[in-house]
Amino acid sequence: MSNPIQILSQDLKKYFGKKLIKSSVQFHELTITVAASSILDVLKNLRDRKEFDFKQLIDLCGVDYLEYPKGSTNNKRFAVVYHLLSLKKNQRIRVRAFLEDDNFPIIDTITNLWPASDWYEREAFDLFGIMFLDHPDLRRILTDYGFVGHPFRKDFPMIGKVEMRYDPTQKRVVYEPVSIEERNNVPRVINGEGSRNG
Amino acid sequence: MAEIKNYTMNFGPQHPAAHGVLRLVLEMDGEVIQRVDPHIGLLHRATEKLAENRTYLQSVPYMDRLDYVSMMMNEHAFVMTIEKMLDINVPIRAQYIRVMFDEITRVLNHLLWLGAHALDVGAMTVFLYAFREREDLFDCYEAVSGARMHAAYYRPGGVYRDLPETMPKFETTHKKNIKQVNKLNNNRQGSLLDFISDFTTRFPGYIDEYETLLTDNRIWKQRTVGIGVVSPERAIALGMTGPMLRGSGIEWDLRRKQPYEVYEQMKFDIPIGKEGDCYDRYLVRIEEMRESNKIIKQCIDWLRINPGPVISINNKIAPPSREEMKGDMEAMIHHFKLFTEGFHLPEGEAYAAVEHPKGEFGTYIISDGANKPYRLKIRAPGFPHLAALNEMTQGHMLSDLVAIIGTQDIVFGEIDR
Repeated sequence: MSNPIQILSQDLKKYFGKKLIKSSVQFHELTITVAASSILDVLKNLRDRKEFDFKQLIDLCGVDYLEYPKGSTNNKRFAVVYHLLSLKKNQRIRVRAFLEDDNFPIIDTITNLWPASDWYEREAFDLFGIMFLDHPDLRRILTDYGFVGHPFRKDFPMIGKVEMRYDPTQKRVVYEPVSIEERNNVPRVINGEGSRNG
Repeated sequence: MAEIKNYTMNFGPQHPAAHGVLRLVLEMDGEVIQRVDPHIGLLHRATEKLAENRTYLQSVPYMDRLDYVSMMMNEHAFVMTIEKMLDINVPIRAQYIRVMFDEITRVLNHLLWLGAHALDVGAMTVFLYAFREREDLFDCYEAVSGARMHAAYYRPGGVYRDLPETMPKFETTHKKNIKQVNKLNNNRQGSLLDFISDFTTRFPGYIDEYETLLTDNRIWKQRTVGIGVVSPERAIALGMTGPMLRGSGIEWDLRRKQPYEVYEQMKFDIPIGKEGDCYDRYLVRIEEMRESNKIIKQCIDWLRINPGPVISINNKIAPPSREEMKGDMEAMIHHFKLFTEGFHLPEGEAYAAVEHPKGEFGTYIISDGANKPYRLKIRAPGFPHLAALNEMTQGHMLSDLVAIIGTQDIVFGEIDR
C-alpha cells in the first residue's frame, strides 16, 4: 500500500465514487475512465483539490477506437485522453472519456481550466472531428486551409484523398483525387489472430 | 485628427525570423501587437498516422525528423515507451551512451537556438561561433551512426552499435594540402571518446566566448530583459515545460524528478530563472550547456573503463549480430522475423517522456497487441509554447515578437508533426 500510485488510486475511488467508471494500473501508470458528461467536474477537482493537485495539463489527444478489439471500449468509437501532471507530488495520471455519439462526438471544453488545452482541442477537432462544446475558437489547426475530412480517423486512407499540383494552363494550384495506390509491405499482425490489413 | 485603426498584418510563412514555416496573422495598433494568431501545420506530415502503418522499428527514423535539431532525444522518448511496454532491460553501457548522446544533443539544440536567437535580435557573430561547435558534434553523430543528423541510433533494447575505436579523419583534397589536413585531424587521432573528451575541455571556453558577446551586451539586454515575461502560475497553466518553465523560476527537470536511464548517478545542477523573461531563459539555457558538458564528462569517464553489450540480448526484440546470424539457424530466424514482421507490444497503453532540450517530449502508445501501434501520440514541447505566443506578446512591439519567437526555441518539425 505504500506505492504512491495505489494511494492515489484509493483516494480517487474514495472521492469520486460512482463517477469513476474504471481505474487501472498498467506499466506503473494510472488510468481512470470517466463519463464524458462529468469530465469538467472530474478534471476541475483533480486540479484544485489538495490531495490530487494536478496543476498541469501535459497532453490532450483524441483516439479513434473503430478497429480496436471490442469489449474494452464500451462499444464507443471516440475517446479523449488527458494526461495530467502534478509538479508538487511528482505524479502523473491519465484520464479517458469515451464519447457518447459516434456520429457526433462532443465533449465539454476544458479551456477554462487550462488555457493550454485550446490548441490541443483544436488539434483533436481537426484530426478526429471531435467537437468541444463552448470552445472559444474551434478551427482547424494542422491541416490545409479548406481541408475536407478528419485525417486521423481509422476510415481515412493513409495516402489521403486529394493531391495538389500546379496547373500551368489555369495558372493556379488544383486539387485532384489521389493517383497513387496505398502500399503496405508489412501486414498488421496480432499474435494468434492471423493478419489484418492496415 | 486622423482616425487611427488597428490593422492586420501577415508575417511569414517564409520569413527568416519565423524559424521555419510559421505564419502569423498580427493585429497591430501602430507598432504594438494586439493579437497574434499563429497558423501552423505547414509542415504537417502526419507522423502519427504513418506510424500506425509501420512496425515499431520502422518508425524510429521518423522520430529523428520531428524535432530536427535534437534528433536522438526524440528517438529516446519513443524507444523508452516501447521498452516500458515490453518490460525489457537496457544494458547499462547503452544507458550511459544514451545519456551522453542526449547531452550532446542538448548542446546541439541549444547552440542552434543561441545562434538563431542572437541572429534574430541582431548579433551575427554568435551564429557563426555556434555553428563551428555544432560541426564537431555532428561529426560525433556521424562517427557513431553514419548520419550527421538523422541518426536512427537508439533502438528498442539499447543502441545500434558500440562507440567506434577510431574517429573518421579528414582527407586531402585539391583545396586542402596534407599540412592543413593534419592540423584538422589533430584531435581525431584517438577514439570517439577521446574526441568528445577533447571537445568537453574546449567547450566551456567557447561558452565564455558567447557570453562575452551577449551576457553584458547592452543591445542584447535591451532586447531581452523584461520581454515576454511569464509568471510561474501562467507557465504551469499554459503547459510550459523545460527551459520555458525553469526560466520562470520553477525547478522542474525530468532528469532529476523522474530519472530515466542513469541520470540518477549523474551530478549536475538545474539552473532556474527569476523573472521569467527572455533574458532569464537565455541564462538558463547557457547554464544548461555547461551542465550538459559536465554530464558528458562523467559519461566518458564511465564508458572508458566499462566495456559491455550495448543492446539487449533478447533476440525477440533486438536483432542478433551479423556474425551470429550467418552461422546460426535460430539467429537467422530471429533476424528474419524481426525485420519482416517486427516485434509485438502487449495490449495496453503507456506514456514515457524525456527532458528534451525544449521541454517535455513524450510519446503515448496505444497498442492492440499488433506489430504496429494502434495509436501514437507525440507530445511535442513546442506546441503549447507556441500556443502561448499570443499571451506572451500582448502589448509588445513587433520587434519584440521576433525575440519571443527566438526564446521559445520553435522548431516546426515537432510542432506540426
